[in-house]
Amino acid sequence: MTLSASELLLPDFSSHPAHAGKYAAPTPGDCPAFFPKKVHRDDAAHLDALEAQSIYLLREAFHHFKALCMPWSMGKDSNVLIWLSRKAFGGHIPYPLLHIDTTYEFPEMLVYRDWAVKYHELNLIVKINEDARAGTGEYAQRGPIGYETADPVTVTHELKTAALQQVMAEHQWSALITGIRRDEDPTRAKERYFSPRNKDFEWDYKDQPPEFWNQFTTSCAAGEHVRVQALLDWSERDIWQYIQREGIPIPHMYFSRKGPDGKQYRFRSLGCWPISGPVESEADTIDKIIDELATTKTSERAGRAQDHHERNAMQKLRAKGFM
Amino acid sequence: MSLASSVPVSLAPGQTSRLRVVFVGHVDHGKSTLIGRIFYDTNSFPDGKVDQIRNACLEEGMDFEYAFLLDALLEEQEQNITIDTTQIQFKTERRPYVIIDAPGHKEFLKNMITGAASADAAVLLIAANEGVQEQSRRHGYLLSLLGIKQVVVAVNKMDLVDYSQETFAAVQAEYLDFLSRIGVEARAFVPISARNGVNVASRTAEAGAPNPMPWYVGPTVLEMLDTFEPPAPLVAMPLRMPIQDVYRFDHRRLLAGRIESGTLRVGDELVFSPNNKVSVVASIEHWSGEEKTVALAGESVAFTLKEQIFVQRGHVASHSSHAPIESNRFKARLFWMGKRPLLIGQSYKLKLATQELDAEVVSVENVMDASTLEVVTGERTSINRNDVAEVTLQTRGALVMDNHDRNPFMGRFVLVDDRQVAGGGIIHSGVYADRTKVKSANIYWSEGNVSGRNRSLRNGHEGAVLWLTGLSGSGKSALARELERELFNSGRQVYVLDGDNIRHGLNSNLGFSKEDRLENIRRVSEVARLMADAGLIVITAFISPYIQDRRRAREIVLEGGHEFAEVFVDTPLEVCEARDVKGLYKRARAGEIPDFTGISAPYEAPENPEVTVKTAQSSLAECTASVLEYLAPRIRRSGEDEFSI
Repeated sequence: MTLSASELLLPDFSSHPAHAGKYAAPTPGDCPAFFPKKVHRDDAAHLDALEAQSIYLLREAFHHFKALCMPWSMGKDSNVLIWLSRKAFGGHIPYPLLHIDTTYEFPEMLVYRDWAVKYHELNLIVKINEDARAGTGEYAQRGPIGYETADPVTVTHELKTAALQQVMAEHQWSALITGIRRDEDPTRAKERYFSPRNKDFEWDYKDQPPEFWNQFTTSCAAGEHVRVQALLDWSERDIWQYIQREGIPIPHMYFSRKGPDGKQYRFRSLGCWPISGPVESEADTIDKIIDELATTKTSERAGRAQDHHERNAMQKLRAKGFM
Repeated sequence: MSLASSVPVSLAPGQTSRLRVVFVGHVDHGKSTLIGRIFYDTNSFPDGKVDQIRNACLEEGMDFEYAFLLDALLEEQEQNITIDTTQIQFKTERRPYVIIDAPGHKEFLKNMITGAASADAAVLLIAANEGVQEQSRRHGYLLSLLGIKQVVVAVNKMDLVDYSQETFAAVQAEYLDFLSRIGVEARAFVPISARNGVNVASRTAEAGAPNPMPWYVGPTVLEMLDTFEPPAPLVAMPLRMPIQDVYRFDHRRLLAGRIESGTLRVGDELVFSPNNKVSVVASIEHWSGEEKTVALAGESVAFTLKEQIFVQRGHVASHSSHAPIESNRFKARLFWMGKRPLLIGQSYKLKLATQELDAEVVSVENVMDASTLEVVTGERTSINRNDVAEVTLQTRGALVMDNHDRNPFMGRFVLVDDRQVAGGGIIHSGVYADRTKVKSANIYWSEGNVSGRNRSLRNGHEGAVLWLTGLSGSGKSALARELERELFNSGRQVYVLDGDNIRHGLNSNLGFSKEDRLENIRRVSEVARLMADAGLIVITAFISPYIQDRRRAREIVLEGGHEFAEVFVDTPLEVCEARDVKGLYKRARAGEIPDFTGISAPYEAPENPEVTVKTAQSSLAECTASVLEYLAPRIRRSGEDEFSI
C-alpha cells in the first residue's frame, strides 16, 4: 500500500472508441479503484465457509505446484482471488499474476491494473500475442487478428488462449489458479476444483478424475497443467457480498453511469471493449447491485459476444483451453 | 445465452446455509427431468429459456423434455444421458440449494462418488415402471458408505403406471427391505411424475388440477427437502487441525491449515502427531480482519507457536487429552474405482487430510458386490473396479487418523493410482491410546527382499549424510539421536555413526594421534558414503575439528552422488566445559588428556555450514526442527512433488 494520493489518477478517456457506445468515460482525476464501504449483511454468513474452502484450495495449489501462476483479468472475481490469496498467505502473494492483454482492454482498466499492482505489491507478468496482432511469425499467412477482421470466437482463441499457451511455455507453469464459477455457464458447472489439462490445453470433460473429501489431482506430467479453480462454489451474488463485507477495491466499471441516451448502464462482466455490452441498470452501489441480482433473470455473461457467436461456442472455447 | 445458467439465489435473513442435495438413481429413471422440473417449478430458469427450448423441440419435431433444460452439453443432448457431475443452484422460500446431478451409469461411478461425497442430503430416483434396478441398490449402498443419512426416495414415472398405489407400494416395500439390510433409513418415499409436475413442488402442476394420486398424503419432494438441515461444523468435537503448510514469508513462522473439528485458542498447548511434539499457540494471525484469539471448526487459519518445534505438512494438531490414533496398520472399508484393479501388496500413495504416505493392502477380509450386497470371502490378489472390500492396510510410517464414526474428516482417505484418486476408504475399529502414557504406539514391520535397482524408490527418499561437527559436549550426540528418532519414526532409513559404534570396532586399532584422528575421519567418511549408497540417511557425530578433514568427507560423499550437509553444533566452549558430562574437560585442564580440542588442540569452526544450531540458546526440539527443515526437500526422491518427514 505504497500509493500516494495523487498517483495514478484516471485521465480523460472520453474520446476513446471504447466509450463511443452507451457506457460513458470515467471522470478524469478519479482514483481508478472503487473502495466499497465495509458492510456486514445478515444474509452473508455463508461467506465464511466459501472463504475457508477457497483459502484451503489456494494453499493446496501452492503446496503442490511450485511453478504456478494466477491469471488476473482485473475483474471482480479475480480481485476477490487476490484478496483471498493475501488472506491465505499472511498478506503475501507467493506466486506471480498474469494479465493476458488482448490490446482491446478498456483504457481505464489498464490504469486500474497499474494502480492495483502498486496497491497489492503484485508480481505481474503482462502477455500480448504480438505476432497475432501484427500478423507476423506464424500469423504471417493469415494477417493480423483483431475484432476488425475476425469473429469473436477466433479473436478470443488467438488473443487469449493462444497467448496463454505461449506464456505458459515460456514460464513452464504446471498450475494456473483461475476464478471461474460454476454458476457462470453450464460447462463450468461440471468443473473440478483441480482440473487437469493436457499438452494442447484440452479439457477432457468426459473423463475427469474423481475428486472428493478434499483430495485433488495434485500432479501432472511434464507439459500438462492443472487448473485450480478456487472460486468454483461461489455465485455472482456471493462475490458481491464478499467484496462488500471485506471492502475490496475494484474497478468502477461495474457501477452505473449515464449513457448518451439518458439511461443508466453498468457492466456485469468485463471483457474486450468491442464485444462487451453494458446492461441497463441503476445500480451505483454494491447494495443496489446485490438487490438487482436478487431479481434479474438474465445471465451474467449475456453481454459477452464470444459466448453467443454460435451454438455451444463456450463449450468449444473451453475444450480448447479457454478459462 | 447459456442453457442452464441459473438465476442468482437470494436469501431471506437468517436462512443463509445452502443445502447440497445429490440426485442419484438408475440411468433413465428421470434425474435430469426431475431437476429440470424443479427449476421450472421454482422459476429458476433465465428469461426466455423455457420458450427457447420448447421452440427448438417443436422445430425438430420432438416432445418437450424438462431434461433438455439441464443437459446443456452437446454430447448430453445427443446421447440423452448425463456425462458428468453438474452443480447448479436454485432456491425455495425456505432456503437456497445446490443441486448435484450425478450420472447413473455404472462406468461413471467416479463421477457419482465425486458428486455424492460432498452432499448433505440425497434424492434417490426409482422409476415405477422399471422398479428397483442394480444402480438403485448400488447408489443406495454408496450413500450409506458415504454417510449420507438424509435420503428421500422419489418413485418417478407414476404416470406410466396409471398412478397405481399398488405399484408404488411394491417398489417401496422392495427398496425398504434393501435399505434396512444396509442400515439406511429413508426419510420418505414420494410417488411423483417429474414430467407432469406431480408431487415435485406441489401436488399438481397447475393449481386446481385434479390430483391423480389422492391416496398419497405425504410431503412433496421439495417439502421433504425443506425439512433437511446442512450439517453444522464439528465445533464441539476434539480439536483436529491437519497442518497444510508452514510459511516463512516474513519474520513469522506461520502454521497454516483448516480446523476440521474443535476449537483452537491462543495459549492452548497443542500436541502434534505423529511424534508427540508439544508447543503452545502464541497467536492466531490475520490479514485484513479483526484480531482473534479463538478459531473454530471450518475455518482456514494460520497461527504461530511459542517454541519453534519441528512441524510440517501432514502433522495433525490436537489437544493432548483427546489425541487421534497413530498407527501404521488399520482396518477400513475400501471402494475402488481405478482403471486398473488394486493389487494386494502393491504400494499406493495414501492421502488422509494433508498426510501422504505409501500404503498397501495387506489382507482382504471380504469383498462385497455393492448392488447385490453379495459378500465373497477367500483368497484375493486384487480388488476390482466397483468393488467394496473390508481390508487391512499398512502404511510406511505412522498415519494419524480417527475412526470415521468419531471424526469423518480424519477417518477417511483416498488411494492414488497413476496420479488420479482411484479409491477411497472409511477407517474403523482403531484403538485410541492415552498419549500421556504411551509415547508412540507404532509397530514397524519387516520388508521383503530389497531390490537393488531403485533403492530410493523403495525407501521413499534419497541417501544422504548429515555431518555434525562441534566441540566435545556441544550436544552432537543428543542431536544425532533425536534426528535419528524423528526420521526413523516417519519411516525413513537412518543410522548414526558416532564414537560408540566406530571406535570400538572398525577403528579399534586407532588412537588419538594426529595421523590416527585423520584416519578415523577418513574411514567414517567412507563408511558414511557406503551407507548412503545403500540408501540410508547417515548422521555422523564426531568432533571433526579440522576444516580439511570435513572438506574431504564432503568430497567423498558428493562423489557418491549424495546430499551432504555440514551441521555446525555451535556451542560456546564455556557452555561445553560447564556441562562436562563425561568429566573430560576437567581432566584436560589438569593436563591428563593431551591434544584435547578446545583446550590444548584447535577447533576450526566451519566457514559455510549448511545448518548452524545453537544449543545454548535453542531447545533440542528447535535444533532438530531446523536440521529437518533443511533436509526434508533435499532427500525428496527424484520425480516426486511430495515429500514429508
